Amino acid sequence: MSTLPARKLRVATASLAGCFGCHMSFLDIDEHLFELVDIIEFDRSPLTDIKEVGPCDIGIIEGGVCNSENVHVLREFRRNCKTLIALGACAVNGGLPAQRNHIPLAECLREVYQFRPGVENGQIPNDPELPLPLDKVRPIHEVVRIDYFIPGCPPSGPAIWKFLTDLIAGRTPRLTGGLLHYD
Amino acid sequence: MSALPSDESAALDGILQRHRHDPTRLLQILIDAQDIAGWLPAPVLTRIAAGLDIPRARVEGVAGFYSFLYTRPVGRYRVLFSDNITDRMLGNAELLDALCRKLWIEPGKMSEDGLVSVTTTSCTGLCDQGPAMLVNGQAIGQLNHRRINEIAEMIRQQRPLELWPAEFFQVDDNIRLKGALLGLEMAPGEALKAAIARGPEGWLAEMQASNLRGRGGAGFATAVKWASARNAPGELKVIVCNADEGEPGTFKDRVLLNRYADLVFEGMSLAAWAVGAGEGFVYLRGEYRYLRPQLEAVLACRREAGLLGKNILGQPGFDFDIQIHLGAGAYVCGEESALIESLEGKRGTPRIRPPFPVIKGYLGRPTVVNNVETLAKTCLVALHGGADFAATGTAQSAGTKLISISGDCAMPGIYEYPFGAQISRILEDCGASDTQAIQVGGASGICLASYEFQRRIAYEDVPTAGAFMIFDGTRDLFEVARAFIHFFAHESCGFCTPCRVGTSLLKGFMDKLADGHGAKADLNDIDWIDRLLKNASHCGLGSASPNPVIDTLQKFRPAYERRLVSLDFEPAFDLDAALAEARQLTARNDPGAHLKTHEEEEEK
Amino acid sequence: MTKQFLLDGQPVPFEDGQTVLEAARAAGHYIPSLCWHKDFPPHGSCKLCVVKAAGRHVSACATPAKEGWEVESNTPEINGERRGLLQMLLVEGNHFCPSCEKSGDCELQALGYEYEVLTPRFRHFFPDRPVDASHPDVLLDFNRCIFCELCVRASRDIDGKSVFALTGRGIDKHLVVNAESGRLADTDFAKTDRAANICPVGVILHKRVGFAVPIGERTFDLATISEKTLKEGSS
Repeated sequence: MSTLPARKLRVATASLAGCFGCHMSFLDIDEHLFELVDIIEFDRSPLTDIKEVGPCDIGIIEGGVCNSENVHVLREFRRNCKTLIALGACAVNGGLPAQRNHIPLAECLREVYQFRPGVENGQIPNDPELPLPLDKVRPIHEVVRIDYFIPGCPPSGPAIWKFLTDLIAGRTPRLTGGLLHYD
Repeated sequence: MSALPSDESAALDGILQRHRHDPTRLLQILIDAQDIAGWLPAPVLTRIAAGLDIPRARVEGVAGFYSFLYTRPVGRYRVLFSDNITDRMLGNAELLDALCRKLWIEPGKMSEDGLVSVTTTSCTGLCDQGPAMLVNGQAIGQLNHRRINEIAEMIRQQRPLELWPAEFFQVDDNIRLKGALLGLEMAPGEALKAAIARGPEGWLAEMQASNLRGRGGAGFATAVKWASARNAPGELKVIVCNADEGEPGTFKDRVLLNRYADLVFEGMSLAAWAVGAGEGFVYLRGEYRYLRPQLEAVLACRREAGLLGKNILGQPGFDFDIQIHLGAGAYVCGEESALIESLEGKRGTPRIRPPFPVIKGYLGRPTVVNNVETLAKTCLVALHGGADFAATGTAQSAGTKLISISGDCAMPGIYEYPFGAQISRILEDCGASDTQAIQVGGASGICLASYEFQRRIAYEDVPTAGAFMIFDGTRDLFEVARAFIHFFAHESCGFCTPCRVGTSLLKGFMDKLADGHGAKADLNDIDWIDRLLKNASHCGLGSASPNPVIDTLQKFRPAYERRLVSLDFEPAFDLDAALAEARQLTARNDPGAHLKTHEEEEEK
Repeated sequence: MTKQFLLDGQPVPFEDGQTVLEAARAAGHYIPSLCWHKDFPPHGSCKLCVVKAAGRHVSACATPAKEGWEVESNTPEINGERRGLLQMLLVEGNHFCPSCEKSGDCELQALGYEYEVLTPRFRHFFPDRPVDASHPDVLLDFNRCIFCELCVRASRDIDGKSVFALTGRGIDKHLVVNAESGRLADTDFAKTDRAANICPVGVILHKRVGFAVPIGERTFDLATISEKTLKEGSS
C-alpha cells in the first residue's frame, strides 16, 4: 500500500440471508489480513461481535433480504456507512435463497413447520420476537442504495482484496482478468 | 390427442376447408375457430395444426400472440373496456368497477358460470364517443352508469347481442370539418377510369407530381413506394391497405372505412394499376371487426360493377381483387413488416429490413403497404391531377390531413385541414379551452405544451398519423404518460430485449411513482431505460415507446417531481406489502410485523 | 480494390453482402452477440451487437456493411448500452449461476464478464415458469430463456422437427414445445438434435452430465468470450 490513509478506516460487515461463505472468503485473503488491519478497524461484524453498527467508512453486506430483520440491519448499515458494498451472489441477485421465490410463502412455511416428516401438531411460529419473512427474497440493491457490487459465490479472496485495495486507494474498483465470476 | 365433440369437430373441418387448408390463413382460421366455443381449447389447436400440416407449436405460438385470441376459457359475454387515456379521463375505471360489482365478478376473471368476463383492452378507436367498450367484438360508445346498468341486466338475462337496443351499437362519424377528401363526391370507378386513361406510367407520373406522402405517420413518398414495387422483380405483386389503426387516439380510418369505403378500395385499385398488382388485402384491426359485413358488401358491389376482378373496366389484363384480413388485437401489426407476417398467418413480429416490403413482402412478393387515408387520397390525385393536389398544404407536405380530435374539447371528431394548419387554430375550431397540452400522433407521437401551439401540422414540423388528444388544465400529464407506457408494455411484441424488458421496467417505475414510492434515483433509471429503448429497439414501436415519458419529463417535470417521496432512494418494491402474506399466516399485526416503506418514518 | 469501412477508426475490409458483424469478426474485431449464429440467417433480437453506423444505432448482425461507413462499437457509450441490455436479461429471467449446470459455459454469463456487469441494477422479475423434466435425456428450465430462438430455428431448419416455438407476447412471451400436453417427453425431441446442443444459456440441459467439468476448465474459464469467438472465427 503506497499511501496509507491518515486514520484507520472503519469497516462493518454483516451477513443477511447468506451462508457466511463470503465472510469465509474474506478471511481467505490470508496474509493480506495483516496489511488490512494496519489500515482498517472493524466495527460491527461477525469477526468482532460488536452488535450495533456505528458511523463507518465502509459497510460490507453478504446475503440477500429475506425477512424484516434483514431490512432493519441493511437500513442501519446504509445510515451509518459512507460506502456500502454488496458482497457475493446472494446480496447481488438474491442467490440461492431467492430460489424459493417461485414457491408461495405459505407453502414454504407449511412444508417446514407443519408437514415435514417427524413434525406433529406443528405450527408456523408467530412469536412477535421473530422477524417475519418477506414474500420473496430480494437482492439488497432493491431495498437500499448500494455503491459497489462484488459478485461471486463466493467472490474469491483475491477478488475481495483487489476490490478493497482499489477502494481504499481511491481508485474506482474493477474486477477483471478472471477475478469477476458469478459462481 | 384429446377428442373434440363431434359438432365442434365438424364446424372446425368446415372452417379449415373454407380456408383451403392454407397455413397462411392461420390467423383467420383461429379467429373463425374461436367463434365455435368463444375460446381456443388445446385440442382445437392440435386439430388445426393437423389440418394445416404444420407443427402444433407454431399454432400455439400464433394463438398466444394476439390479445383477442384466448387459449383459456372466457365468458360467453366478453366485455372489453377501451383503456385509452381519453377513456380514462371519461371515467372508464369507475364504470368497469360498477359493471363488475353488478355482475359479481372480478376484473380479468371469468364468472364461475362462464357467463361473462370483463377486462380492459387497448384503445378501440372510439375516443370521440368514449368511454367505449367491445362486447363480443361489437363496439358500444358513450358509456355511462345508466348504460352500464342496462348492459349488466341484459348480460344477466343472457339476452343475445342482436336483441340489445340498436342505439347502443351506433357509431357516429362525427365529421366536423370537411376538406377536399371528406367533401369529395365521386361515383365508384371515376378515379380509376381517369387513371386507366393515363396508362400506368402516366398515372404514376401524376402521383409523383402530387407529392402525396404516407398518412400513416412516417411520411414516405407514395409514388416512390409504388414505383419501387413496380420495378421490383417478381410477377405477383400485392397491395395492402393498412387498416390496423391501433395508435391510441386515432379514429379517422374508422370513419373512412365506415363512410368512404369506396374511396379506400378505389385507392387500392389505383395502386394496383400503377404497380401491376393482382392481389389486395385490407388488414382490418380486430377492434373494427364490426365494420366487416358492410365492407364486404361494398366489395361485392364493386365486383358487380366490374371494378374488381378480371379485366377491370374492360382493361385487358387488369386483374385485381381485394380480400379482408382480420387482425386480433396487436398494435405492433400496424408496423408494415409485422403486418405482413400477420397476413402470412404468423406472429406479428417486425422483420429485419432490408429487404423492404416493396422488394420482398407478402410471401416474398413485392408489396405496397399504404395507410387507409393515403389510399383514399389517391382518388383526388386521379380525378384532379397531381399538380392540383400539390397546390394545397405546404411545400413539403402536400394536400390535407385528417385529424382525429378527442379529449378536453367541446366537439371531438374528424377534422380535415390543409397541411400547415396551426395547432392553436385547430384547438379553437374544436372548442378547446384552458388547454395544457396535446398529444399529437398518438402514444408514439409528440406531447406539445401550450408554448408550442403556434406550431403547424406538417411532416416538417409536427408530423402525425392523425391523433390529436387534448388535455386541459385539470389533467395530470404524469398520468397521461403513465397510461401510454402501460399501453406500450402491453403491446410490445417481445421480440427484442430492450422493448420486451424495457417497457415493463418503465411501467414498473411509473407505477412506483404513482403509488407514492418514487425517488430521484428512479428518474435516473427512467432516463437510462428511455435511452436503451430509443437506441437499441428492433422497430419503431420500441424506439417510440419512451416518447411520452421523454416529452413529459422535459415539459412537465414537476408532475413527476411532486410524486417523489425521496430525493435519494426508495425500495424497488413495497416492503410492508411484502410482509402481508406472512402476517396473514401468523395472524400477527404487532408493530414488528410491519415495515415502514420510507426509512425516515422508522427513525422515530 | 476491396471495399472497407472504419470500425472504431480501424479499416475493416468486406465483401458485398457481408454484415458489419461478420466483416468485423473476420478482421479480428469482436462485436458481441447472443442470438446470432453462423449457421443461421441473422435474427436481431438480443441487440447486443448494437453499433453506431454513420451516427445511427443499428444491429451489426443484420446490417450489410457499407463502403466508407464509420462504425462505433467498442466505445464507452455503446459498451454501456450493451451492459444495460445484459442487465435487462439478467433481471428478466432467473439467473442463479452458482446452481446452474451451464455456469462456466454460458454465453450470457461470459458476456457479463466481458462487459464487467457487476450488478443486475434493476428490479428482478423472478419469473415462475415450471421446469420440464419429462424427457429422459434433457431437462428444460424455461426461467433462463433469453428468447434468442436458436432452439426454435435449429429444430425447425436443421432437425426438421419444430419441437420449439414461442408463444405469448411482450414480457409474457415464453417457449413452448410441440405437444398438446406441453411436455417435452411427448415430442420427437432427441438429445442428438442440433436444437438440444445450441442453447447459449441454461435452458436446454442434458441430464446426468451436469458439473462434469471442474471449475477452471470450463469454456469461459479458459478464454473470454471475445477471445473464443475470434479464435473460432479465424480457424
